[in-house]
Amino acid sequence: MNRKLFRWIVLFLLMAISHALPAQQVVTFENPETKQRYENLLENLRCLVCQNQALSDSNAGLANDLRVEVERMLRQGESDQQVVDFLVDRYGDFVLYDPPLKTSTYLLWFAPLLLLILFSVSMITYFRHQKTIMTEPPLDCKQRARAADLLNDVDQ
Amino acid sequence: MWRFTLPLMGFGLLVLILAIGLTQDPSEVPSPLIGKPAPEFELPRLHDPSQNLSLADLKGEITLLNVWASWCESCRVEHPFISEIAASGAVAVYGLNYKDERGEALKWLKALGDPYQAIAVDQDGRVAIDFGVYGAPESYLLDQNGVIVYKKIGPITARDWKEDVSPLIQQLRDKQL
Repeated sequence: MNRKLFRWIVLFLLMAISHALPAQQVVTFENPETKQRYENLLENLRCLVCQNQALSDSNAGLANDLRVEVERMLRQGESDQQVVDFLVDRYGDFVLYDPPLKTSTYLLWFAPLLLLILFSVSMITYFRHQKTIMTEPPLDCKQRARAADLLNDVDQ
Repeated sequence: MWRFTLPLMGFGLLVLILAIGLTQDPSEVPSPLIGKPAPEFELPRLHDPSQNLSLADLKGEITLLNVWASWCESCRVEHPFISEIAASGAVAVYGLNYKDERGEALKWLKALGDPYQAIAVDQDGRVAIDFGVYGAPESYLLDQNGVIVYKKIGPITARDWKEDVSPLIQQLRDKQL
């Protein structure tokens, strides 16, 4: 029984640490600034195979190949923009976590603003309507007398 | 009146958006390479590594470049249809052996048949990156000038062939006349 329990504990411990293992091999650059750029780039580029992972997190074969490419380009002294362009030329805007502003992405970028405007307009009209109901003029003498008559009728 | 129609309209809109969403496949990323010249490459041939296969060898006719590997299960599923395409003579079918081992690749072809005119070996997957490949199988239709006109991610099916590839080939042939 203890043996079984022990196995379970080992299994869970292994599961716990497996998450902490880095997907990528450790890459060293002579210049710490380049290393920082390398890491930033990988965090902001999407893995094409497992689309919810960044290039830095993915174990997919392609992600690994692309990391090697990014590393090679940085070593050759290419700029961040050149690296991003290289990937966008081949894989499209999809590799970017931060989509560029262009015709096909207008809806994506402006939908929140559009919804905010729509919501504000409907709220304003709603409250205006409420206000007109509340500010209806009170009854005058004649109307009040008539109302009293009607109520008396009901009572009898 | 508005009290009922407005929420109903909102609901209708939501249904419409979700319905459109259902027809989209998020795993299919459109390739930016369509309509552009295929990337240049020069790779050893699988059957005779001393000889090279390059983009120039593919130009002059309409070609289907099929990315495959012996480790790829879907390629095995796709293989009979690729063979069928090759046998029909509709296009020249070329292979790009993606990150594979030569021995395994040759064994695979021996077991299943070799439908390819020639196969380029992309051992480290570097050329595949230029093509924007992100897994095997993938297929590219190249026109006579080596321009990519179509890309299929995943196994090419009879339906893809009938609805997309075949009409495109017809168009290219008509244009040439």
